[in-house]
Amino acid sequence: MEQKTEKKKATIIVISGDFDKLFAAFTIATGAAATNMDVTLFFTFWGLRGIKKNMTTGKSLFGRMVGLIEGGDVTKANPSKYGFLGMGRWMFGKMMKNKNVSGLSELRQLAIDLGVKMYSCITSMEVMEIDKKELIDEVSGVAGVALMVEEAQNSEFSLFI
Amino acid sequence: MAENIKVDLELDLRGLLCPLPMVRVSQNITNVPIGGIIKAIATDPGSLADIPSWARTTGNEVVKTERADKDITFFVKRLK
Repeated sequence: MEQKTEKKKATIIVISGDFDKLFAAFTIATGAAATNMDVTLFFTFWGLRGIKKNMTTGKSLFGRMVGLIEGGDVTKANPSKYGFLGMGRWMFGKMMKNKNVSGLSELRQLAIDLGVKMYSCITSMEVMEIDKKELIDEVSGVAGVALMVEEAQNSEFSLFI
Repeated sequence: MAENIKVDLELDLRGLLCPLPMVRVSQNITNVPIGGIIKAIATDPGSLADIPSWARTTGNEVVKTERADKDITFFVKRLK
């Protein structure tokens, strides 16, 4: 095996705020980081739920509407199937607890502990009226597509979830 | 390899599911010296594929795997 001093990289773009997709994103990020990779996550649009604090957002009428419907943090993420107005989230939460699978916030904390970098997309923050201070403190910064493309170019694999 | 393997660190990973068994081994690998052995006991059947794969990717070695009832015991050697 070739020996490289620099770590291999992985880039994951997270556009979905669905419970199952966030779960996949954080699991892959954690696994890659544990396998000695430099992992960068870019959160955009609904994916911003993955790094939001538990608070409502928005300034304008529409912004506040989005904030109300999309409000809350990662613990409020609903599964992409069997939503049932929050029932699905509760059911999956119970099932995962019974099987001793870690929850989304624990998995995200593990990713942070393993040095996974997290960036938020500035444009979707503008559109959805989400402020930097409404994101968790561990977010490395706000970024645009240029940084994402640069990271992806240097990555062994890039995923869009 | 019937002889006893000298274990430097023992990890009880029973009940943990993917990706945790592999993550815990990776977090602890630097807690043993190079050439040292981690004995990790897991119950997640996925770890049978994951831990050897993690070892290959990171340049470490699973020197022995034992199965008894639900327990899967890995002896992971730190190579670098």
